[in-house]
Amino acid sequence: MFSRLTLCAAAAAVCCSSPVLARSEWRAGGKLLLTNGVSTVDGPAGGGLATWAVIAGEETSDGIGGSVHATYVPLRDFALTGVGAAIGYRDRIEISVAHNSFDTRAAGAALGLGRGFRFNQDDIGVKVRLFGHAVYDQDRLLPQVAVGLEYKRADKDAIIHAVGGRHASGVDVYVAATKLLLRHSLLLNGTVRLTRANQFGLLGFGGDRDHGYRPQAEGSAALLLSRNLAVGAEARTKPDNLGFAREQDSYDLFLAWAPAHHLTVTTAYVDLGDIATFRRQTGAFLSLQASF
Amino acid sequence: MLLPLIAVLAVTDTPAVHPGELPTTAYVQDDRNAGATPFGGQRLWAAFHGQAGVDRIVDTLVDRNLRDPRIGDIFKGQDMVRVRRTLKEQFCYILGGGCSYTGRTMKDAHKDLGLQQADFNALVENLQAAMRAERVSFAAQNAFLSKLATMERAVVVR
Repeated sequence: MFSRLTLCAAAAAVCCSSPVLARSEWRAGGKLLLTNGVSTVDGPAGGGLATWAVIAGEETSDGIGGSVHATYVPLRDFALTGVGAAIGYRDRIEISVAHNSFDTRAAGAALGLGRGFRFNQDDIGVKVRLFGHAVYDQDRLLPQVAVGLEYKRADKDAIIHAVGGRHASGVDVYVAATKLLLRHSLLLNGTVRLTRANQFGLLGFGGDRDHGYRPQAEGSAALLLSRNLAVGAEARTKPDNLGFAREQDSYDLFLAWAPAHHLTVTTAYVDLGDIATFRRQTGAFLSLQASF
Repeated sequence: MLLPLIAVLAVTDTPAVHPGELPTTAYVQDDRNAGATPFGGQRLWAAFHGQAGVDRIVDTLVDRNLRDPRIGDIFKGQDMVRVRRTLKEQFCYILGGGCSYTGRTMKDAHKDLGLQQADFNALVENLQAAMRAERVSFAAQNAFLSKLATMERAVVVR
């Protein structure tokens, strides 16, 4: 955390405190509660499952902000743990990193991998807000729109190839549109993602059944219940590239709570569909996010 | 359809000086200076407990702003009697309370303040606290904020 005072003093020394330049004073924080979204499993700011057009961090157009998150998703037969961080620059550009570890628990033995076998993945993402503002543009239908790239790398190349996956790494490209309908306390998001990822990339990219980039959809609707509490639902479609096990779309029902300005707690019920021949992977989604 | 005609005919007038306020430079008075169209019906006016509720909300809002380390300095040297009065008029006008707004446009009223998004959001937070203290329902708060949110474009100097 840098001191605003030092920055101001430095800025004043540099720009001899001309009134116009004084207006471009750097500010820490300042974003309205919950309007920075929560961390997705992929790393970028969003609703948990879906990526939104909002930029991570509590900064406004005059500052730099960021967030760190830890997420735990216990499912029927598997468990996902994830950590990540994101930096937001001037509410315009977001850089995110995430590391996910997928524990196969007892299912690992049944799959011939060994009990507790883990698939790991690293994600690096960049997102740019193109136009619109989800909060301020209440007199326009135009949503906040952002484009982003995500580079993902899985670590179990040999197994990925053995089950029909083509690559251990891949790039997703997406366009996200987010709109807060304040009149109705409703936040809506729609995202189109071009991807070849199998199970979010944990099982690699492309496969023996299908190999091309396909557009996938992500949608979210959240209702603001109070200043610091939102309830919502999300859906995220996934490709179905691997012959050995069908892949299905995913859904969640979430509750996001900001008990303090720098903390968001997200709890959700998730349904990730079948994973690696194990049916109906439903479970919980628990995520803590600290932001500045 | 007389309103636009009257607006065209309006000449720059020196507004009446209210008791306790300092004289201002001349400007054209027009309800549209409020920066938002009023809600139809009385539902929101009732949700804000009428003029008494709006008066309490504005007084709490102004008191909080003055004490707020983030934005308190912005109000130093401002005619706070006038600020309270014009805010009460503006809120009453937008919430469908039937008042006239006699203040300046949002752009003119804020043009020399050098406001940033963080200042605007700090005021929104203080207004939310004032509306909570008045027990205005969260849905009604957001309806009102949907009218005010768009003013960010007029008052924040980029």
